[in-house]
Amino acid sequence: MNILEVEQLRIWDALTEEVIVHNSSFQLKQGQCLAIVGESGSGKSMTCRSIMRLNKPAIRQSGRILFQGEDLNKLTEQEMRKRRGRNLCMILQNGMGAFDPSCVIGVHLRETLQAHYGWNAKEVEKNMKSAMERVMLRNPVDIMNQYPHQLSGGMLQRIMIALALVLEPDVIIADEPTTALDTISQYEVVEQLIQLRKRMGCSMIFISHDLGVVRKIADDVLVMKDGHIVESGSIHSVFSKPQHPYTQFLVSTRRELSNHFRQLMQEEQHIAKR
Amino acid sequence: MLNVDHVHKSYPQGGLFTGGRQSVLHDVSFECYRGECLGIIGESGSGKSTLGRLILGMERPDQGTISLEGRSVLDRKARRGRISAVFQDYKSSINPFFTVEEAIMEPLRLQKKNPEGNAHSLKIDVLLSQVGLDKSYRSKYPHELSGGEVQRVCIARAISTEPQCIVLDEAISSLDVSVQTQVLHVLKELKEIYQLTYIFITHDIQAAAYICDRVVIFREGRMEEMVPIEQLKTVKSEYARKLLDHLITF
Repeated sequence: MNILEVEQLRIWDALTEEVIVHNSSFQLKQGQCLAIVGESGSGKSMTCRSIMRLNKPAIRQSGRILFQGEDLNKLTEQEMRKRRGRNLCMILQNGMGAFDPSCVIGVHLRETLQAHYGWNAKEVEKNMKSAMERVMLRNPVDIMNQYPHQLSGGMLQRIMIALALVLEPDVIIADEPTTALDTISQYEVVEQLIQLRKRMGCSMIFISHDLGVVRKIADDVLVMKDGHIVESGSIHSVFSKPQHPYTQFLVSTRRELSNHFRQLMQEEQHIAKR
Repeated sequence: MLNVDHVHKSYPQGGLFTGGRQSVLHDVSFECYRGECLGIIGESGSGKSTLGRLILGMERPDQGTISLEGRSVLDRKARRGRISAVFQDYKSSINPFFTVEEAIMEPLRLQKKNPEGNAHSLKIDVLLSQVGLDKSYRSKYPHELSGGEVQRVCIARAISTEPQCIVLDEAISSLDVSVQTQVLHVLKELKEIYQLTYIFITHDIQAAAYICDRVVIFREGRMEEMVPIEQLKTVKSEYARKLLDHLITF
């Protein structure tokens, strides 16, 4: 069953008349993880923000976005607000910018959960505590009493994932969640996202330009270039036999970096295989 | 060529009345040879960027010395034209009111080495072609360019004074992977042409493995390990092993 269907989505800038995304259509099945890859400026973030209807007023969109059979484009702003977070949850790239810098993390979490579930402070704390422990954050209560600038990017990212765990959305949209992180945090965040899917069986849209991460987490992939979807299919078929020249270019450049590294590490891998 | 000798650095911590200092670098010493690319790998907050600023002479170490060919980098004259940098945030690295041409000429103008007339124009064309851009970019402004292009302009600016050493502080980390590969190619070529020495600061081991000859693994302000890149797989320290195990390859 398709949980999200995007049909003929077209996004343009009303001021400059410039078309950012050209008639793109795709479907997200229940429990599936769809990755969108492409270079910066290819319109992948725009597509996701238009699903959440979070684009600036000057950016207009047309087409149909069906979420469980309901057209999101036709909802009023108030109805849409209820869907955000509860049904469609977005994990943002920049942890520093995603939280309110003027109050401690706990306040933000409480506001969000109160709005969607009407919990009191105690319930919020109890639920958040267990969720934060699940994403390997130690001392959750201390963290909730800290300001965003006191925490590292990786921690903020994990707090966002913990919030998604508590909200139990139907669809998670992760917009480059690992790009700003270093190797170890990146690995942990990816592991958490995989766990999150296993535990809740939710669908996910995962945006990234790093094909290595995409390969680890996603089932299917869309390749975008200049606002067009140039190729789509299962991870395996797209990455092993890329059809479009642009996909071939992306795969080959990534492979070049990896291969060199692999050559260096090769002997060790032989030992590991034995 | 570049000598870092028992360097310590700490910053004052927190409020106005607390005396505590946070140690950022602790007893760091290494040597970087001419024509070598030395990688400095560490996670965020490990003090690798602070080390970069110290090497550039932008800050003073609490203890220890950093010298470039026997002269301290704190001496402006020793530094001038010999050491240069490319930073991560390409958006704020170039004056937005400058065209590409003006940006590249800025360090030369400050050195009063500004070549006259034709030579000047030729120099910019050569620099631009070396970083893989064509002449048409000369009159463009930074906001008209993509991230990879701006970073190339920054590299062109860094090599314009023909320095011996360039500090690349996360220079490719905020670019797309496909563009990263292209910029790495450019850096490799330039290294051959100018016999450059690179200090390549990054958290990305794969990129470091691609370009570096030796790597230093950094953790919490200390040097954990230093290995030639061919022996990367034989690293012994626990942290270095963890870094390698947690890598997501393609």
